[in-house]
Amino acid sequence: MKPLEQTTWQEIELGGLLREPGSARAYRTGDWRSQHPVWTKSRCIRCGVCWTVCPEPAIVEEPGGYFDMDPNYCKGCGTCARECVTGCITMVPEEE
Amino acid sequence: MAKPKAKPAPATAYAPSHRVGMEVSIAVSDAVQLARAEAIAAYPITPQTHIVEHLSGVVANGDLEAEFINVESEHSAMSACIGMSASGARTYTATSSQGLALMHEILFIASAMRFPIVMTVANRALSGPLSIWNDHGDIMAARDIGWIQVFVENGQEAFDHTIMAFKIAENPKVLLPTIVNMDGFILSHVVEALEMVDQETVDNFLPPYSPRHRLDPKNPVTMGAFAMPEIYTEVKMNHQATLTNSYEHIVSVWDEWARLTGRSYNPVESYRTEDAKILLLTMGCLSEVAKIAVDELREADLPVGLLRLRLWRPFPFKDLRDAVGDAELLIVCDRAISLGGPGGPVMSEVRSALYGQATRPQIQGYIVGLGGRDVPPEAFKDIVNKAQAEMAQGTGPEFHLYGVRE
Repeated sequence: MKPLEQTTWQEIELGGLLREPGSARAYRTGDWRSQHPVWTKSRCIRCGVCWTVCPEPAIVEEPGGYFDMDPNYCKGCGTCARECVTGCITMVPEEE
Repeated sequence: MAKPKAKPAPATAYAPSHRVGMEVSIAVSDAVQLARAEAIAAYPITPQTHIVEHLSGVVANGDLEAEFINVESEHSAMSACIGMSASGARTYTATSSQGLALMHEILFIASAMRFPIVMTVANRALSGPLSIWNDHGDIMAARDIGWIQVFVENGQEAFDHTIMAFKIAENPKVLLPTIVNMDGFILSHVVEALEMVDQETVDNFLPPYSPRHRLDPKNPVTMGAFAMPEIYTEVKMNHQATLTNSYEHIVSVWDEWARLTGRSYNPVESYRTEDAKILLLTMGCLSEVAKIAVDELREADLPVGLLRLRLWRPFPFKDLRDAVGDAELLIVCDRAISLGGPGGPVMSEVRSALYGQATRPQIQGYIVGLGGRDVPPEAFKDIVNKAQAEMAQGTGPEFHLYGVRE
């Protein structure tokens, strides 16, 4: 699919139809982020609550059962940090 | 939704050129039946009620093979129409006034998603104060919904344009929902002599709807997706171009109907405009009354003519400019008021359409017939006299609310 910012009005599909599934994946909501979660592994019990509550979902399980964010889609909402059972997630501002 | 099987001619098949007297709402309902609408969702509201009441009867009696969805509101009616049209069915609804207002947000979605729904609006004043009577306030508040919009003047036009609306809307190069505006009560509830068209003629004129896009599990698509700022403008331009370009297809369908029935229609109709220095401009059934006034003024040697704006969207800029020609005074009679604004919405658009012309008439706006106030031929004669006096004087107010007691 052609990138949105290069699509002309003549190329718009009839009625704004999307013929390919999964188009939302092409939109990197990670651009919105002003802060991101950082896990302190020593306090993480690998319960997966952060993975469960992430609304995107933009938290991925890593080898060893620990978790990290997917920078392409994490909006930095902080839900994971708020819900973390042990408080091992800290929201860190993005660098300028 | 399965296509209806070819059925024997229903009970309302008329011999060609057979003139019958009937209530205009029933004629519209017959037109929908002759067009073989496959899906209807509507909520009854005065003065549209007789149309959908009659249609629900013909569906219940098996005379029209269609789904008739009873809904709890007009918001749901239009939503159901979008769903049914998305399934590929020929879809119809009708409403009026508060009902049109209640479906407002969905109207934009129907046109943006390019579903060729046909809707009759029996024009009625908006509350408050509560009024069930005629004016054009309802549709003028829905001016920018991106639908094709036509105004009819009498029962015959209501019948003809209802059938033609399906063919226009479903044209693969158009695929836009279409509103046929007809004045509530003054037109919807009167009995008129109409020339009906038989089923075979309508079937030949209007083939089954062949959707270019529809809900199909074998070919899944996303409809009604969210648009980012990067693409919203392009989507709007696409809609704008489609609606503007629908003009040629509208005129082409009207021409085809003229060859079939002998009844021809134009985006702007001119009546006794030859050598006219003064032009009245009206929409809807006011036009027939204005014709009487024009005839009487012509007898008194006043060079008066009448323009009737039939096509409201897409706005027929060129037809209007050509029709106005060299007239010196153009009196636009609106049946709605844009409160706190330029007065009549039609006058405002007409004035805007003519502003760039090297020569243009003086344009005066008269708002008449609000909330069912009667507009007899004498009113138009009086308006022409007053407008002439104002032109001689040189200045006047932005608009006139005709007949208001002070």
